[in-house]
Amino acid sequence: MRTMSALVFYLIAAITVGSAVGVAFSRNIVYSAFALMGTFMGAAGLFVMLGADFIAVVQVLVYVGGILVLMLFAVMLTHRIADVRVSNRSVGTLPALVILSGIGAVMAKAILGGGWHTVEAGTPQPTTYAIGDGFLTTYLLPFELASMVLLAALIGAVVLSRKELKVD
Amino acid sequence: MGLTHYLIVSLLVFSLGLFCVLTRRNAIGVLMGVELVLNSANINYLAFARFSSGGYDGQVFAIFVIMLAAAEAAIGLAIVLGIYQTFQTIDLEATETLRG
Repeated sequence: MRTMSALVFYLIAAITVGSAVGVAFSRNIVYSAFALMGTFMGAAGLFVMLGADFIAVVQVLVYVGGILVLMLFAVMLTHRIADVRVSNRSVGTLPALVILSGIGAVMAKAILGGGWHTVEAGTPQPTTYAIGDGFLTTYLLPFELASMVLLAALIGAVVLSRKELKVD
Repeated sequence: MGLTHYLIVSLLVFSLGLFCVLTRRNAIGVLMGVELVLNSANINYLAFARFSSGGYDGQVFAIFVIMLAAAEAAIGLAIVLGIYQTFQTIDLEATETLRG
């Protein structure tokens, strides 16, 4: 049973990281967008393995159903997508790799070296009750602020992307 | 599978997202990199919530992160469309009107 869950974890982790590699290195922006879907689905699988059922579903609904479709719309609206060579140019790859290897080495040392305080993870429980309870008690103010942010983002996106009407 | 495994996956996704942000010259590619970084933050939140605290605070924060990512994507893509209408391209090196 334990080896089985380890196998599933490595499979999902490989899907997540492999798709992220596709996003970062693909020559075509459309392929990058579809690789992004693999990363989002892989992350949702990791969330399930971490016992966060509600967040996994929200991840699929919001990221795959919302953000990814929005990105594909933006790609189609803005680009000569058939033009593979110019569609997803990267520059400065070498300096970026140097910077990243520095940051990555520091973080890897922190992850592997720091004695994290861990507790024994129990069997996963349904999380929706506790999350909803938290939203209406401890996190009530951030929750209301979040709704204001979403409203502002909605109006802002409409204002930014509409065509200017010339009245004269 | 312990905490470290999840943190390593999150580190890899974060690094690839940062690479995307640093090297892409397509504005939508940069936004994709930002989404990767936010996703890796969410993996960290949930891993710590499961293995380190045992509570639900990390899950609540993950929902806030997803919400902000949605707002960011909507606004960012609206700005990208505005840039495209002005410059007829979304190559970030062509849009340097603000450079002093």
